[in-house]
Amino acid sequence: MVEIAVLLKQVPDTNAKIVVVNGRVDESAIASWVTSPYDEYAFEAALQHTEAAGGSITAITLGPARADKVLKDAAALGVTKLVRIWQDDWQDLDSNQVQSALANAVTAAGADLVYCGKQSADRNQGSTGPGIAEILGAACITEVSESDSAGSYLRPTASGSERVTVSSPAVVTFTKTQNELRRPNVRGIMMAKRAQIEVVGGDVSASQVNFNGHSSPAQKPPGKTYEGSDSVPEVVGLLRDEAKVL
Amino acid sequence: MEITIIAETQGDNLHPVTSQLVGAATSLGASPTVLCAGGAGADAAAGIAGVGKVLSVVGDCFSTFDGGAWAAAFDAAAGTGIIIGAASAQGRDVVARIAARRSIPVVQDVVAISQGLTMTHPIYSGKAMQEVTVGGDCAVTLRSNTFPPAGDGGSAESATVQQSGDVKIAVQEAIAKASARLDVSDADIIISGGRGMGSPDNFEHLYALSDKLGAAVGASRAAVDTWDEIPHSMQVGQTGKTVNPSLYIAVGISGAIQHLAGMRTSKYIVAINKDPEAPIFKVADYGIVSTWEEALPILGDEIAKIL
Repeated sequence: MVEIAVLLKQVPDTNAKIVVVNGRVDESAIASWVTSPYDEYAFEAALQHTEAAGGSITAITLGPARADKVLKDAAALGVTKLVRIWQDDWQDLDSNQVQSALANAVTAAGADLVYCGKQSADRNQGSTGPGIAEILGAACITEVSESDSAGSYLRPTASGSERVTVSSPAVVTFTKTQNELRRPNVRGIMMAKRAQIEVVGGDVSASQVNFNGHSSPAQKPPGKTYEGSDSVPEVVGLLRDEAKVL
Repeated sequence: MEITIIAETQGDNLHPVTSQLVGAATSLGASPTVLCAGGAGADAAAGIAGVGKVLSVVGDCFSTFDGGAWAAAFDAAAGTGIIIGAASAQGRDVVARIAARRSIPVVQDVVAISQGLTMTHPIYSGKAMQEVTVGGDCAVTLRSNTFPPAGDGGSAESATVQQSGDVKIAVQEAIAKASARLDVSDADIIISGGRGMGSPDNFEHLYALSDKLGAAVGASRAAVDTWDEIPHSMQVGQTGKTVNPSLYIAVGISGAIQHLAGMRTSKYIVAINKDPEAPIFKVADYGIVSTWEEALPILGDEIAKIL
């Protein structure tokens, strides 16, 4: 039996255009919100782990009411314990605040294992898994691409990869795995409608990071476009003489 | 300002990004202390200009990678102030844990840093940037190939400290890479193929070119999703790897927004695509409107001439 907490973050669809208005990313322009892709692989790994070893999953998110969707999607695949952490200033929480709020929820869930994505598709920081592990006094295995219910995990190394085991409690952060992500059936979706979400406060200390603003990335000056493969020698010449990269 | 740098190592050697970390630290007016895991790369670190001191942190935990154990050892060896590491997988893990141990904030993948401490880092894989200021101590990782490296000719004093941490991760089996090919994360030149390559077999043409250039071969999400032969480890983009090489050659890649997010900060971008309307041309420094079948052989010949 294993108790797994899965951390699911709601992010804009990765195909969404990100627009900055008045120094902030304009969330109202985002049409589609999804579960952060790496978190989906973590969730699938947790489903397989609990199916094989027995036990249960608690799905935890941090965010506004719209983030209930990621929990409902987990409920549609059979997860019954759903927790959303809500903080008024949730957008500007610093790394310590996010980690301590999530670590509190993991502890409350009584989980031995925490599965999450290696990083979120919005902030891209990759701090949450290792940071929570530190707070929980747990090991953290990062960028896992394969896992099994015996508790063995495949992680990358400079020379290839290695299969590791870990004593619990542990945090495992996932990259893309070979697992096909399952989609809920009609019965699951009906069940998810009735699923109860527990909303808890983050109960965090003050932020130590001052948010100055968002901006659009610097635009490159337009490049040159050449017609046809006859132009290849000229481009190679420019790469050598103008760009000096060859 | 006291700055401690966690050296990035490659086996027993210092990774070149370490000089970039030192360059950033000295630009802030610091004379940083460099910590070397298990003493790896300590001599090379002492030779980087501007380094104040090199500490070889020696302990049993450094025989394998366990971010928790390493963070405990580094935390004990490092002074207060600012901790700087590389935004690699291991660097992010260790630095995040040091920050959590100290209850100080961590800001990862920083691309600009100035006194204050004001930092800019990409969000949404570079579709936007975020600027933050941290008044007190903090931990930071810096994106590679972004900060000018410090030169050599340094002669910092070196010392050894014994520090270790509890290792909780046990390596059961090491698996060598299937091929000796360079990873896109480490490459200075990347040639990426998209679904326009037509079949995974045609990536052989990209490998042949990459061998000439010492380049890594990457792929778009469309290619990775379509062909099992193209592994996710090659994927460049928002749900793959974010790269910033000196030269990025995109072949048969239309330039979906999620791909552009992962490669747009490359210093020079060459795009080869038969569709003149492909969005990749908007970010390309040099666009070639052509089929890859026609352009690649000429590209290979021309490169062979000048190398």
